[in-house]
Amino acid sequence: MELKYGYGLVPDLSAHGAGIDHLIKVLHVFMVVLFVGWGVFLLYCLIKYRRRPGHKASYESNKSKLPKYAEIAVVGFEVFLLVGLSFPVWSKYKRDFPADKDALVVRVIGQQFVWNIHYPGEDGKFGRTDPKLASGSNPLGIDDKDPASWDDVVSVNQFHIPVNKPIISHISAMDVIHSFGVPVLRLKQDATPGMEVPIWFQAVKTGVFDIVCSQLCGVGHSLMKGVVTVESAEDYQKWFAEQPKQFKPKAAEKAPAPAAEKKQEG
Amino acid sequence: MHQPVHAAHHEAAHAEHHELGFIQKYIFSVDHKVIGVQYTVTALLFLFFGFCLMMLMRWQLAYPGEPLPVIGNWLGEGMPGGVMLPEFYNSLGAMHGTIMVFLGVVPLAVGGFGNYLVPLQVGAPDMAFPKLNAASYWVYFVGGVIMLASFFVPGGAANSGWTSYPPLSVVATAGQTWWLIGMVALITSSLLGSINIIVTIVQLRAKGLSFFRLPFLVWAQFVTSFLLLLAFPPLEAAGILQLMDRVAGTSFFMPTGLVVSGNALPVAGGGSPLLWQHLFWFLAHPEVYVLILPAIGIVTEVIVNNTRKPLYGYKTIVYAVLFLGFMSFIVWAHHMFMTGMGVTMSNFFQVTTMIISIPSVVVLTVLILTLWGASIRFTLPMHFALAFLPMFAIGGLTGLPLGLTASDIYLHDTYYVIGHFHYVVAPGTLFALFAGIYYWYPKVTGKQMSRFWGKTHFWLSFLAINGVFFPMLIQGIAGLNRRLYDPTFYAHGAAIQDLNVIISISAWCLGAAQLIFILNFFLSLKWGKKVGDNPWEATTLEWATPTPPPHGNFLTEPVVYRGPYEYSVPGEEKDFLPQHVAPAKA
Ligand code: HEM
Ligand SMILES: [Cu+2]
Ligand SMILES: [Cu+2]
Repeated sequence: MELKYGYGLVPDLSAHGAGIDHLIKVLHVFMVVLFVGWGVFLLYCLIKYRRRPGHKASYESNKSKLPKYAEIAVVGFEVFLLVGLSFPVWSKYKRDFPADKDALVVRVIGQQFVWNIHYPGEDGKFGRTDPKLASGSNPLGIDDKDPASWDDVVSVNQFHIPVNKPIISHISAMDVIHSFGVPVLRLKQDATPGMEVPIWFQAVKTGVFDIVCSQLCGVGHSLMKGVVTVESAEDYQKWFAEQPKQFKPKAAEKAPAPAAEKKQEG
Repeated sequence: MHQPVHAAHHEAAHAEHHELGFIQKYIFSVDHKVIGVQYTVTALLFLFFGFCLMMLMRWQLAYPGEPLPVIGNWLGEGMPGGVMLPEFYNSLGAMHGTIMVFLGVVPLAVGGFGNYLVPLQVGAPDMAFPKLNAASYWVYFVGGVIMLASFFVPGGAANSGWTSYPPLSVVATAGQTWWLIGMVALITSSLLGSINIIVTIVQLRAKGLSFFRLPFLVWAQFVTSFLLLLAFPPLEAAGILQLMDRVAGTSFFMPTGLVVSGNALPVAGGGSPLLWQHLFWFLAHPEVYVLILPAIGIVTEVIVNNTRKPLYGYKTIVYAVLFLGFMSFIVWAHHMFMTGMGVTMSNFFQVTTMIISIPSVVVLTVLILTLWGASIRFTLPMHFALAFLPMFAIGGLTGLPLGLTASDIYLHDTYYVIGHFHYVVAPGTLFALFAGIYYWYPKVTGKQMSRFWGKTHFWLSFLAINGVFFPMLIQGIAGLNRRLYDPTFYAHGAAIQDLNVIISISAWCLGAAQLIFILNFFLSLKWGKKVGDNPWEATTLEWATPTPPPHGNFLTEPVVYRGPYEYSVPGEEKDFLPQHVAPAKA
């Protein structure tokens, strides 16, 4: 399905985005109403009280209580925005994580100027990483001595995910701050070196769209585009099977896979 | 308590004011008015320069990758064959932000207007510390020269954004070192200036001028100075720490395990990139109010004078800005919602952000209600002051979706942010500053600026500036990120590229409209209509001086008998009653 872009919000393929879009729309209606209300009053005053022969300014000020009520109404509405519309969406987005076993868990690592997506493979475990092992062909420094890495896949700029399945992404960076922004999935999370921040989401429709780096990260910042492909579970499996398993030792096919701990970055 | 100081100071000022040579009088002067004018002119030049950087960037944004005719060939390395390089684009962006905020608006609003007007409006012969005042200007000047010189170092000027987030800024080219040194100078200058303004307001008020008789502009400068004094030291410290990370191999902001371009970075590590963001925004949010409060002060003076009636709710607006000043210290993390902040923290900062919007609503309400029952004179400064109101309203309202975390997920780092704060600082603050220039120019020079050209300048600027910033809000809604060298690289950006063309053309028109102002500013010095001491029939003390005010300001020490805005007092013959005019014996 081709996505359509124009002058309004970009299409939303996420499960949590509806709340965000709703808030944005309610806010803009509120803003327009307030602005037009003020504007009309301002224009009225400018015309009615313009200087002209025979007209004098009055020393007394407006005694009406109306402005006070208007201010209280604005405050009341802001409370509603906070408690009614913003807190719930944000809490759900930040807190209600699915269990790891029910989700696809990946690591997303920003690097000048590409997105590395680290998939743990069938064992669900990420291979150990060590910055000292980093090289051109292995920028994440994944340790191929760790059997947990043997079925891992590192995909550059291509982020494939199955539709309708919760995804947990651990966002980090290896050099400078980037930001994992996916407008169509209503996602944004800074990728800061030295920190790993988990986010979760779920795509409800298939489609292909961009990851846009949303934090200035150097000369190539504006070219730091990744591609998200949301596809059916079968297509996703097929794609994953085709990815090279670069850490698998040539002779290790038969070696038993000992339990490896889930890695953590320094 | 303050009277003896005032008297002593007064004499001192008079004793030394004979026989100064040109250099002492106009270059290394310690007279607050000369320093105010120096600040004003220097800051206006920087504003224009910063604007030129932006007009260049607008070429790349409207026509990505196309060579810029003629001018492009003069710009050397940054634009080979007239095509802008991304490095150069990033330098322009970082320096535009830095120059506009730290070398343009703050020096103009606080250094220019604050210096010139605060002593006059409180009835003092000069600032409390005239030499410190001169020092503040010259440190600012040095900071500006360092920033300008940084364009010529290898790799060009700083290119990590005006926010200078590490690790990027620590591994960036040499320009960043210059930026940090320049910032240390600028901050030092602001600290010297702000302490001076505070002491002047507290100690040097004329007899009878109690705090609640101060013109509102003085209150605004007072709160602004406190913000500068309390918020800048953390940034100065942070700037020095970042400088150490760059030149002395420390790791205050550098975490362990960095790999840059495939190589492990040889730093000790263990630092925190987020620490910088906290220190930066702890300054930079109050800084937002440093940019807006003097503007609100100026607009209030101009509006009250032209409505010919007292300010609606003087105490209300004073308490509102005091509250605003206080609150501005506990909202900073709303710039960091997307760093990975937990729910409790972000809820706290959402709530404080909503609370701080209330005093802004109060300020707007007070100003609009002042118009009720007025007799409005549509003078030239009044045009700009009135336009400020709806523009500031748009700026404030568009802050709401950014202050609520849920909507900020989508809008953060898009052009919506740029539209939002520019509505506050460009058609907002800058228009207020224009209002101020047109309003006090006659006092400073003894001449009136041309009304016709002033209005032409107003209408062209008003149309063009909305043509620049309104489409940015639409771009933001459409998801377009800021700080992109080539917005058409993304499908959702390419779909709305027309807007970039409209914005750029509007920006160039806006630039052209400023030429009218520049000509009017200088030509009126010679050909402007001569004016008397109080051409606007105003009530505050600066109009009680001769025009232009001499060294030492007042011919006789002023005594204040009433509040600042006694217009259209019933039973009075004229429609204004100046603060210093003794009441007629009953
Ligand atoms: C009154 C004068 C104001 C000025 C001069 C101003 C200016 C700014 C500036 C310079 C930024 C930084 C953008 C960046 O480089 O990252 C910003 C962002 C922001 N402003 Fe304001 N602002 C003002 C008022 C407000 C108000 C009234 C609110 C909220 C009610 C607000 C909320 C925000 C938020 C939440 C951000 C962060 C947005 C983001 O990073 O996504 N501001 N503003
Ligand atoms: Cu980036
Ligand atoms: Cu802020």
